[in-house]
Amino acid sequence: MTPSDRLYLKRRLVNGFNLVVSGLCAAFGLFWLIWILWTTFKTGLAAMKPGLFTQMTPPPGSDGGLANALFGSLVMSLAAIAIGTPIGIAAGTFLAEYARKSALGEAIRFVNDILLSAPSIVLGLFVYTLVVAQVGHFSGWAGALALALIVLPVVVRTTDEMLQLVPSQMREAALSLGVPQWKVTVQVLYRSALPGITTGVLLALARISGETAPLLFTALNNQYWSADLSQPMASVPVVIFQYAMSPYDSWHALAWAGAFVVTLFVLLLSILSRAILLRNKAHHD
Amino acid sequence: MAAQSPTLMTTTLAADERNARDARADGLFRKLVAAAAFFVLIALTGAALSMLWGGRDAFTTFGFKFLYSTDWDAVNLKFGALVPIYGTLVTALIAMLIAVPVSFGIALFLTEVAPGWLRGPVSAAIELLAGIPSIIYGMWGLFVFVPIMGEYVTPWLNDHLGQWPLLGPLFRGPPLGIGMLTAGIVLAIMVIPFISSVMREVFLTVPTRLKESAYALGSTTWEVVWDIVLPYTRSAVIGGIFLGLGRALGETMAVTFVLGNAHRLSASLLEPGNSIAATIANEFTEADSDLYRSSLIALGFLLFVVTFVVLAAAKLMLRRLSRQEGTK
Repeated sequence: MTPSDRLYLKRRLVNGFNLVVSGLCAAFGLFWLIWILWTTFKTGLAAMKPGLFTQMTPPPGSDGGLANALFGSLVMSLAAIAIGTPIGIAAGTFLAEYARKSALGEAIRFVNDILLSAPSIVLGLFVYTLVVAQVGHFSGWAGALALALIVLPVVVRTTDEMLQLVPSQMREAALSLGVPQWKVTVQVLYRSALPGITTGVLLALARISGETAPLLFTALNNQYWSADLSQPMASVPVVIFQYAMSPYDSWHALAWAGAFVVTLFVLLLSILSRAILLRNKAHHD
Repeated sequence: MAAQSPTLMTTTLAADERNARDARADGLFRKLVAAAAFFVLIALTGAALSMLWGGRDAFTTFGFKFLYSTDWDAVNLKFGALVPIYGTLVTALIAMLIAVPVSFGIALFLTEVAPGWLRGPVSAAIELLAGIPSIIYGMWGLFVFVPIMGEYVTPWLNDHLGQWPLLGPLFRGPPLGIGMLTAGIVLAIMVIPFISSVMREVFLTVPTRLKESAYALGSTTWEVVWDIVLPYTRSAVIGGIFLGLGRALGETMAVTFVLGNAHRLSASLLEPGNSIAATIANEFTEADSDLYRSSLIALGFLLFVVTFVVLAAAKLMLRRLSRQEGTK
């Protein structure tokens, strides 16, 4: 074997080895995904029961459901979407239509991206000092506000991106007909960007429906049924946290059932948003 | 203009009025959306300032000692942030040591190795990992992963790596299963999808002619990736790693479940510890004095500052590649 043969052999071996390792890395990632989902679905399904949706969260040792927690999560998430979406769409409109290349726009985009990945527990602390500490008690509104701060940057980002994708001929055509700019934005651009913005809102909803940290000291928890947003409110993630950390088996089972419901909901939302994007793409091509 | 007929007069007047109304509405709309955009700026600065304000008691009482004291005593009201800071940094470091090479491998697999029909499904599945709520990771970690760590991994580490001369103390500890190492591994699983999707995206931006030139010179796939793709995308790859680091530093629920909530500084990675986010999540509602609560908010402020710096660095690094792209 000549030295150059040996060199070629070595290079081919290194190449083959590293490519195999890269495949193993992908398998490694999939392995955890399957393991986590399998555990959640198997244990969660075993703990599912009809009473889950009709009974209240039980005291230690007795039987119950998650009705108040599911309701609380639903109400606070919808309130957060209702607060965060309009502000987010408006801010995204400013970035895409009025500050596309300006330094101010870049600065706001930068801040928005940081808000997007900021630790959610920090947002909870922010709302605590801003609302809870001033009002004097925990409330569903504070929880909704903390969640709205997570919704906001997601909607800003998608609105900005989707509006930038709208062809400028569309703006010019509408403006040349004498339509004022705000009408162009609301009636032409929003209509064209709607599927993308909807996807962003759905993704934001998926993100907040599993959020625990910002709710711990804003909405706190509530053992009873409560539809009053100015009072402490139960939510599925917080109940999961409380029950999973407890020593009782019946609470563990409820926590798994809650985890199953949340995971299923989040996965369905992300599949739905993907489907909307794909359909929209096919529509345009 | 005297010759103008009355009807034309009224139409022009009406048109003027309409134009003025439209201009007013346009101005109003612009102000409205600008206000919303400023709200984003205010939200972030407000978050920082409110935590600085909430933590003022702790900062004025303990001064700089807050940063390096290991005290955490709710009875005698002595608080120091060193244990949680140490725990946060160590768990994030373990997570990055595992997640960075694996993410690089996944990105390499998805851009160069996998056949076309496999790329879409595999990358979608990896991205599903990012969508799973962190509390699910926490529960899975506590009920499934911790027992395995305690029963098999910890004894094995004690018997093998624990005997090493220099690194030994890191891997000696009781077979509890909870601790820094477990938290680091769970964090790694959580940040892999973030880092690998950034890497995959930037690898796809490398011009084909660069890669083809290298292949034409007889390079292997690995050599093309290591010597062409990686140097070309270096700043964005580091940006993606920082993005993952920011996530790992601030992650709360998954860590809270498996870290053990123990305020003790220990050399071993197998002992329970604490992180900033886990301390806040565990103790905030139980804080019974103003100074206690203020210390926890001060911890939150520290976490915010650290993640802000890391995420800002990530953004700047990622932006460098897109500018480079733009000049071509």
